[in-house]
Amino acid sequence: MADPELYPADQLHEHASLATSESPASRLLLMAIAFAFLGIFLVVPLVVVFEQAFAKGIGAFLEAIREPDTISAIKLTLLVAAISVPLNLVFGIAAAWAIAKFEFRGKAFLITLIDLPFSVSPVISGLVYVLLFGATSLLGPWLKMHGIVILFAVPGIVLATIFVTFPFVARELIPLMQEQGTGDEEAALSLGANGWQTFWHVTLPNIKWGLFYGVLLCNARAMGEFGAVSVVSGHIRGQTNTMPLHVEILYNEYNAVGAFAVASVLAGLALVTLVLKTLLEMRYGAEIAATRGH
Amino acid sequence: MDVRVANVRKEFDRFPALRDVSLDIKSGELIALLGPSGSGKTTLLRLIAGLERPTRGTIYFGDEDASNKTIQERNVGFVFQHYALFRHMTVADNIGFGLKVRPSNKRPTKAEIRARASELLDLVQLSGLEKRYPAQLSGGQRQRVALARAMAIEPRVLLLDEPFGALDAQVRRELRRWLREIHDATGHTTVFVTHDQEEALELADRVVVMSQGRIEQVGTADEVYDHPNSPFVYGFIGESSSLPVKIEDGQVWIADRPIGLSTPNVPNGEATLYFRPHHVELLDECNGCIAGTVAASRRVAGTRRVELEIGGGRERVEIELPVGHPATQKSRVTFRPNRWKVFPKVVE
Repeated sequence: MADPELYPADQLHEHASLATSESPASRLLLMAIAFAFLGIFLVVPLVVVFEQAFAKGIGAFLEAIREPDTISAIKLTLLVAAISVPLNLVFGIAAAWAIAKFEFRGKAFLITLIDLPFSVSPVISGLVYVLLFGATSLLGPWLKMHGIVILFAVPGIVLATIFVTFPFVARELIPLMQEQGTGDEEAALSLGANGWQTFWHVTLPNIKWGLFYGVLLCNARAMGEFGAVSVVSGHIRGQTNTMPLHVEILYNEYNAVGAFAVASVLAGLALVTLVLKTLLEMRYGAEIAATRGH
Repeated sequence: MDVRVANVRKEFDRFPALRDVSLDIKSGELIALLGPSGSGKTTLLRLIAGLERPTRGTIYFGDEDASNKTIQERNVGFVFQHYALFRHMTVADNIGFGLKVRPSNKRPTKAEIRARASELLDLVQLSGLEKRYPAQLSGGQRQRVALARAMAIEPRVLLLDEPFGALDAQVRRELRRWLREIHDATGHTTVFVTHDQEEALELADRVVVMSQGRIEQVGTADEVYDHPNSPFVYGFIGESSSLPVKIEDGQVWIADRPIGLSTPNVPNGEATLYFRPHHVELLDECNGCIAGTVAASRRVAGTRRVELEIGGGRERVEIELPVGHPATQKSRVTFRPNRWKVFPKVVE
């Protein structure tokens, strides 16, 4: 038998991978399919968005963006994201912590509940709030009596957004925390750390990358949510229109440049988060790998 | 620090993992909890640490009742099976963690913590690795860092869960000797869990043999090896052969004849004879002996192991013969154990 030491390591690797690797032709074909698919369904539409936005020149684009209703829509979208993302961050950590680190009755049920917003159409999520807080609902008269406005106002939009986006952080953290187990926390406690120190110095650093991904996804969805927000918003221009709703209104008014200009800003925000994520991955790649595996 | 475990019972979801366990650990002792998986040894260790609370019973640290104290209050050093080093911290930060999280009035300065970390790294022979991350260390090095981290808080008791379980045989032997040296140098009361009898017998002052949530025997390596007090310990520690026998008037019988062993204190009836394969003497003439036919034989290091069929093949035992012995297939061997023990059959 040949001594494996005699082969250089890379050559060995080549030998080992032969059995499972495809021929060059099929490899090329697979890559071509993947790129063609992504190109047609993702890149081309994105290019069209920007192309349409600038169709009448940069001046028209800037004018569309500077429109007061548009600025108010951008502000509202950022405000909604700024409220719902931190809340879901806290909720996501709490839920993932409970599910991954304790045993309790009803755990499977809780996991199902967390998935609910993914499986229910956003429109229904919005309707639930209308039924809950609307004028004819149980809570409606009480709210009215106390002068609390939820529907067709910012609170309703925030609630609907929180509902739709709450699985993102929890879903990202649960498998990660389950895999990491409670060993590190027990070690910290045995060294005298209290609960807060353990969370801050041990748990949080272990989950920070998963948490970061979860927050990015949550943020992207919070800014982009249409269905649920559309039901509870009331579409009041300059007051309760978020960016996606504003895009639809402008489009329905045949204001193509305006619609695509706002759409391009929305897409731009998404691209920024994507670039940010990639940059951080490049910068901290080794560390991410270290906290994922052992 | 003396540690006393008194009548402790621990249930998980009504399933008893420990049933009425009592154990006295003297200050400065090195104790091994030895047993197969599911024997409750790790549960006992975690109870001493305060990672679990007993369902019943009390755990004393010295004279004080520690049963309801948290793990932080007990001040124990715990080395986890897979070390549980903090991945995102350097070796020095890992070791200093226990000092850094102390309340501000008891916390040493940063410089003091750093000095203490390198002092401990010296002790575990890893000087110069302060800035490394756990992922950059070998298994044996991680183990040493985990021990240094546990010792940094000046624990009253040092507890180790399967300390060498994840290491290869060579490193394991080295670390075993090294742990003994550290223990002798620092004098910590130390309890470690293992399923490896060689490790327990070689390293510990006293070995606690556990099975099915109970302590079977506590004693020095010599005591548990030479005088096992139960069939389980006989079978679990070292190698042993066993044969079903009958006791009549203090005489040991196999099938229809006495084998020349007398055991006055065992009551008449069915029983089991235990002996070690090397505790046998061969006999030429058989008036009172065990006779068997060689079924298989193999060479083990400096001796020959022979498997004998007794009583027409119903039972098999292993005995050890000198290498020169002309035992071959089907040849007949007569012997008598010279150190042995009979346990009466337990009526279930």
